[in-house]
Formats: sequence, structure tokens, C-alpha cells
Amino acid sequence: MSVRRLAKEQPESFAFTPETLEKVHWWIGKYPEGRQRSAVIPILWLVQKQEGWVSEPAIRTVADLLDLDVIRVLEVATFYTMFQLEPVGRAALIQVCGTTPCQLRGASALMETCKAEIGPKDRLSSDGLFTWQEVECLGACVNAPMAQINDLYFEDLTPESLKQIIAEFREGKTPKAGSYAGRRSSEPAGGPLTLLDESLYDGRLAKPITLPNRPEPAPKPAPAA
Amino acid sequence: MPKAKVNGKEIEFEPGLTVLQVAELAGEEIPRFCYHERLSIAGNCRMCLVEVKPGPPKPQASCALPAADGQEILTASPMVKKAREGVMEFLLINHPLDCPICDQGGECDLQDEAMGYGRDDSRYQENKRAVEEKYLGPLIKTVMTRCIQCTRCVRFAAEIAGAPEMGMIGRGEDAEITSYLETALTSELTGNLADICPVGALTHKPWAFNYRPWELRKTDSVDVMDALGSAIRVDARGPEVMRILPRVNEDINEEWISDKTRYVVDGLLRQRLDRPYIRQGGKLVEATWGQAFAAIAGRLRAAKPERVGLIAGDLQDAESMKAALDLFRSLGVANIDCRQDGSALGAGPRESWLFNTTIAGLEQADAVLLVGANPRREGALVNARLRKQWLRGKLQLGVIGEVADLSFEYSYLGAGAASLERLIGSDDGFAKTLNAASAPIFIVGAGVLARSDSGALLNLLGRAAQTFKVVRDDWNGWNVLHTAASRVGGLDLGFVPGPGGLSAPEMVQAANAGELDVLFLLGADEIDTEKLGDAFVVYLGTHGDAGAHRADVILPGAAYTEKPGLYVNTEGRVQLANRAVFPKGEAREDWAILRALSEAAGKRLPYDSLEQLRSRLMAEHPTFGRIDYVPGPTKAAGFDLSALGAPGAATEEPFRSPVSDYYLTNPIARASVTLAECSAMFSRRAPAIAAE
Repeated sequence: MSVRRLAKEQPESFAFTPETLEKVHWWIGKYPEGRQRSAVIPILWLVQKQEGWVSEPAIRTVADLLDLDVIRVLEVATFYTMFQLEPVGRAALIQVCGTTPCQLRGASALMETCKAEIGPKDRLSSDGLFTWQEVECLGACVNAPMAQINDLYFEDLTPESLKQIIAEFREGKTPKAGSYAGRRSSEPAGGPLTLLDESLYDGRLAKPITLPNRPEPAPKPAPAA
Repeated sequence: MPKAKVNGKEIEFEPGLTVLQVAELAGEEIPRFCYHERLSIAGNCRMCLVEVKPGPPKPQASCALPAADGQEILTASPMVKKAREGVMEFLLINHPLDCPICDQGGECDLQDEAMGYGRDDSRYQENKRAVEEKYLGPLIKTVMTRCIQCTRCVRFAAEIAGAPEMGMIGRGEDAEITSYLETALTSELTGNLADICPVGALTHKPWAFNYRPWELRKTDSVDVMDALGSAIRVDARGPEVMRILPRVNEDINEEWISDKTRYVVDGLLRQRLDRPYIRQGGKLVEATWGQAFAAIAGRLRAAKPERVGLIAGDLQDAESMKAALDLFRSLGVANIDCRQDGSALGAGPRESWLFNTTIAGLEQADAVLLVGANPRREGALVNARLRKQWLRGKLQLGVIGEVADLSFEYSYLGAGAASLERLIGSDDGFAKTLNAASAPIFIVGAGVLARSDSGALLNLLGRAAQTFKVVRDDWNGWNVLHTAASRVGGLDLGFVPGPGGLSAPEMVQAANAGELDVLFLLGADEIDTEKLGDAFVVYLGTHGDAGAHRADVILPGAAYTEKPGLYVNTEGRVQLANRAVFPKGEAREDWAILRALSEAAGKRLPYDSLEQLRSRLMAEHPTFGRIDYVPGPTKAAGFDLSALGAPGAATEEPFRSPVSDYYLTNPIARASVTLAECSAMFSRRAPAIAAE
């Protein structure tokens, strides 16, 4: 992480679209009267969803909306690295995981690919379509190396598949998310190696069991004397 | 009351105290950075760690831990010592070793506590972090690498100053203190940021690299920049005042002072009058004291008493006013006034011109009506008190006058006299609040009382105060917020026109019309000095301001840091200011000049020393005998409000604050480059708020 600053060039103004505004009010409504400030993070998310990044006019708008001092919103926006303070690529924001498991599985090659295809890290590409960043662990180590592109995880990447994905985004397509090694979710690569015995699944091995520590059946009430 | 043991010593404490406060009660010193008595508790510096039993077997932050009955608090156990050393080591990891070039050096909490509680060496080998400087305006210099993220400045800005523009952005190692988009705070209390900063991250920009604290001679004194009489400490080196800092005075300024009070320092050096001058052929020529006195005495002898006038300025001490009063009265002069602005106050009981509730008394108020007052500009610390009480949620405020950002919410009731009439007639809205209040307060701005229709307005205000029972048997909520430090003292002395005498504005008119031969200005600069006709003007003062420019004879006097003097603040509190440095050049203390002049004028004043003058002053005006005393809102109760002013019709002119530019209200402030810079900056970006 490094020092996070607002972008040098800021738009003149910011306004919520009607659709976003509806969601904004849904979030504000979730909190009790007088606690609207709690909605600051979800609303900054919505701003980012709408614009791709959080601009200074947007921060002021959010502060006005929630009756917060504008510095308090700035504090939140600069604290969380998920809030983009600079404009990001129109087509895709590629966040390559650079933490140890992904590193071991070839994340640095992915970053080299990004550098070659898009340009330097953390900068908008010259065509305005892409931004790529290195991020900390995204929690998909089983499918390392991986990258989050816009809202979805792209896993088991190789420089080739990443190149392909970038090319598709460039053409305006939406490449499929998930594993690019052909596996389903996080099952073992190359198919399962254990629990292969059919008999495990057809009930052949089933035995009646007795539960340990099962309470004794309650004694019958003694007949009345 | 619950009891706790501090290092084995049993101590009783009031419920609700923190462990830190209990330890202090027991006389133990707890090191701290983020904790400050007057700010909310943050608990983030971790310096105040202590061991508490019963509790988890680890050190705890005492500033944020409530003390409980039966607690055992250890402030010097091996665990505590080790923990403090650890915290200090962490704090010093990223703190630069630039104490030799740091302005905080010698009065730095971190320096002191590192000596007291730190290790003797560092184990840190890696690179230190560096932080970009932030721009915080012309008053505060930043060296953000020194910042230890205690967030005192953030809390001060949000809580006390009411300018919630500072914050901590980023996180972890990259956390930085800044104001929003690096702008100067919109507050009159920014200088205090440097005071509360425990390290050298925020220091005073105008005084950067000017002094070391240990080479300064410290003098306790009283401020005259506004009428509050804040407690100050004047630090001087040789003949020069280097800085002004606040002193704690819970009754007035707590431990803050306003920016004008603090940064006027360079004004004490510039534009000074350091020798007598006499105008010859349209030009001011240097003269000796003897020549100057002879010139004045000749004119005074030649003029008829009713063609002589005396006006006192806003920064005068009571002694010089007394001496001037005695001299001119003995000459038979009746044209005497200390109210340059033409205020209507001065007749009637003393309570009518005082801030009777007292500043500390504002913390008992539950409803406040501000009439033509902008306390932010006229008395920044009154505003801070109002905000303090407002933050507690117990105070409702109403404003008649200018719409202004006062750092608290208020009901806006209108701009002028008609709104006040309406309020008297109404019984809902703010009138209802006032009627229901147990401690209602009126704060009347000096601007309201310095208009052509002031008599009628004062009468109207008296009626309003009666309607809402602002003055009761056990409460006095009638308050006048003066802007001139000398005003209450002057009124207490009776420094007002004698029988048939002219008031200050009338004197200016008379001079312009050629009906006045001699006009003596005792530090008076706020009158229209361009329109004094052919009158022979004598100016006794400190700075080459409006009065000196017009003067025919200039007598160089002593500024408030250069003479011992009595000042009466707006509450009616008599306070003693001390001399920090000597007057400049040939300048002398004002009373001594008047005493010498009296000899030349053939009406020798009957005192040869300041002590004699003071004892005479106190004998004739007993209120001056009780230093630092005010009766307070409960004892000062009961005076006749109906006798205020004169019945009549008030005009529809909206009320205005008498202070249009907070930074430039008096000759000393106008001579200050620092304050001129502030004034330029704030007027550039001042929002155009006008009376509706």
C-alpha cells in the first residue's frame, strides 16, 4: 500500500443516477434515524459502481447526503484501498493477486503480461480501457494465480489466458469468469485424486451404527405404591 | 464514593473518572500524548499504559479505562515500565531526530517523555517514513514527518473550534493528518492547534525559527485585542516580545486564545511611535518631550475649556484614562468620552454595560438570544463557550442581526428592531423557548448600541429583557458584548461627557465645523480622523495609525505589553496586566506622560507614582479595588431594566456586527503583517453572507 491521494484532475460535479439513488436510499433506510452516517461505505461503493471511481465532488455529495463533515468521508475513502481515487479503465479494472500463493503459482508472469498488454501498474492505459493493479490476497489461493476483473474472479490464469481475456475485453466482449484450467470451482486440478472408490457412494459399505454416548432410554416410571 | 488503590495508596474518587484521572488525583504522573482534558478521549497513543487489577494481565490504556471501586492501579510496575518503553520505541521509529532544528524543542512532550519513559537506544535499523507537508494557512506551520497521529488537532478542530475540517487520511504507516484539501481552518482559534500538538508537527508559522523557549522571559498578562481580557503569557527576549501564549483562566479563556491575541506580536514592533513629533509646516518633525509639552500646554491655555475635547481609545488601561480624566476635568473640560463608536451605554447602573452572566456563566444558560452580535468576531472565546454548552445539547440559540456561521445552530429571528418587537409580542417559537428557560440570556452586540437610534434600541432591549425575565432575583442574563478592552473600565471611571459635554461623534462633528480648538486623542484611532477640521490634535499612542497621521503633536506611549495596567473586561472583571518589555525608544508609560503634561499645563496631577495613582483610582472607584472579581450571574441579579435608554422609535436598519474584519480591529493589529495576511486570505474566500 502507498499513500493514497485524490486524483489531480477532478470532474466538475457528481450526481447520482436515479437507479443509484434508489439504492442509496435503500441503504440509508437500513439504519436508524440519526445513524445515516453508517451508510457511508455502501454509498461510496455505489458511487464507485456508477462512476468506476470516487471523485472529490462525489465525496462532497455523499457528505451532504449523509450530513457528515466532508473530511470524515474523505477519511473513509482514503482508508479503504477498495475505493479507487483515480479514474479506472472503462473496459476493465484488473486486480492481480500478488500474495504468496499466487506468487508461487506465477502471479509475476501475469503482472508482466499486464505490463506488456496495458502499461504500467496503477495507471489508466493510454486508450482509457484498462487499469491494472497488484492487490493483496483475494482469498482464492486454491485457484492461484488469479485476478479480480471488475466484479468477478478469473482463476487458474496463465499469461496466455490473461492475454486472451484482455483481448476480449478490448473487443467489448464479456469473457467468462471462473477457472481457466477447466475445473469446476475449487476442485483439484486434473480431476480428483482421492475418494475415487465407487463403493464409497453406492451404499455398499453402509453398516448399522450405534451412536456412542446415546442417553439410556428413560426408565419406566415406578408403579404407584 | 468508590475507592481505588494507586501504587498501594488508597484514594477516594468521584464515580465516572478514568483510571488516568484517579492516578493523577493520587499524585502520580501518567505520560500521555493523545489525552487532553478538554477534548474527547481517543486512546490511540498508548503512552498512558498502566497495570490494573483485577483485569486482564496486560497493560491497559488508563485514559480510556473507567476507574472502578476496589481497583488496584500500578503506574510504576515493571510491566508498565516495559510497556511504556515499548510504546515510546514505536513512536520514535518514525519520528525524525531533528530536535535541534525543531521549534518545539525544549517544550516538546515527546522529548520530555522520551527522557522520562523511553529506552536509552533504538533497535530500529530500517528507513524512517517521511510525510509530505500540508498547507494549513498562514498561521500554522507543518512538519508532518514529526506527527505521531495523536489526533488532538482533529478533535480540537471538530469539538472546540467548530471547524471540522481536519482529519486523518490513509491508514497504517501512511496515515496522515490534513485538513480537507489542505485549506486553512475557518476558525479564529487555529493558533491553539500548535499549542495542543504534543510534538513539533504543528508549530507557529509566523514565529518559525525565531526563538528557543528557554531564552524567553515570561510575563503573565492580560490581552486587550478584544474585551474579554483573556489570560496571556507574554514571552520576551531582550526588548522584543517574541510570542504570546495563553494562560489557563477557567473564567474566561480556559486554555485557548484567539488568533488575533496570539499573532499580534509582530504588530508590536512595526509602525511604532518612539519619540515625540510636532507638525511644522504640514510635516511631522521630531521633537523633544519638552517641546511637545510646551506646544500642547500653549494650545490648552489658549483654548476655552468648552472648545477642548478628550477621546480615549479602545486599548487604554484604566490608569492612563484616570490620569487623563483628572487632568482634563481640572482644566474644566466637559467634552470627554471613551466611546469612540458613539455607544449609548454609560448612564444608569453598572450592570447595564456589563456581561453580567460572565463567560463561565454561559455554561449554565439554556436559551441565548444574540442581538446584533457576532461572537465569533467580537469575542471568539465567548463563541467557543456557547458552542461548548450547545454541544451538551442544553442550549438553544436565537439570532437577531447578521446571518453568520457561528459554529453552532441557531434560530434566525430577523435582522433588526422589528424582529425584536415581533419576538416580544409572540408567544411561540423562540419566544416560547425564552419563556420556558430557567436561565435565559441576552447577548447584545456593541454595534446595536452605537447607532443613531441606540437609545430607543436600548429601551426596546430592556423591554424585551423584562418580557422574558432575563433579569430575575437569582439570575442576571443581561449581557453586553463589548469589543473594546478599555470600554468597561472607561465607563466605570465615568469617562463620559460631563454636564453639557460632547460625546465622541459630536466632538468629531464639532471639530469639523471648527467649534473645537484642541482634541486630545488618548490612543483613539477608530474615529474619522480625516474630518477633524482645523482642530489642534494631540495623539498619545503607540502606533502610526489614523490618529497619529492626523496629529499635530504625537506623544509616544506604551503598548499593553509595555506597561503595568488595570483593564476591566466585558464582564466587569478588573485584571492586572504586567509589563513584559519597556516602551520603545523615548516612549513612556501613558500615565507618566499625562502627569508630565499636567505640570506643563499648570495643573499638576496629585500623584507621582503608579502606586499613588492606583490608590487614588481605587479610592474613588471602589470597583477597581477587587482584582479578578466578578459577582457572577446569581449575585449580580436585580437592576432596573425599564430605565435603559430612552423611549423612541427605532429605525429599520438591520443590526450589524461592529467588527467587519476580525483581524484588523485596532492599531496594533493593523500594524501586524501576519494578521494582514490572515485578513487578506479570509476576505478572499469569505462567503458572502449578508443580513437577510
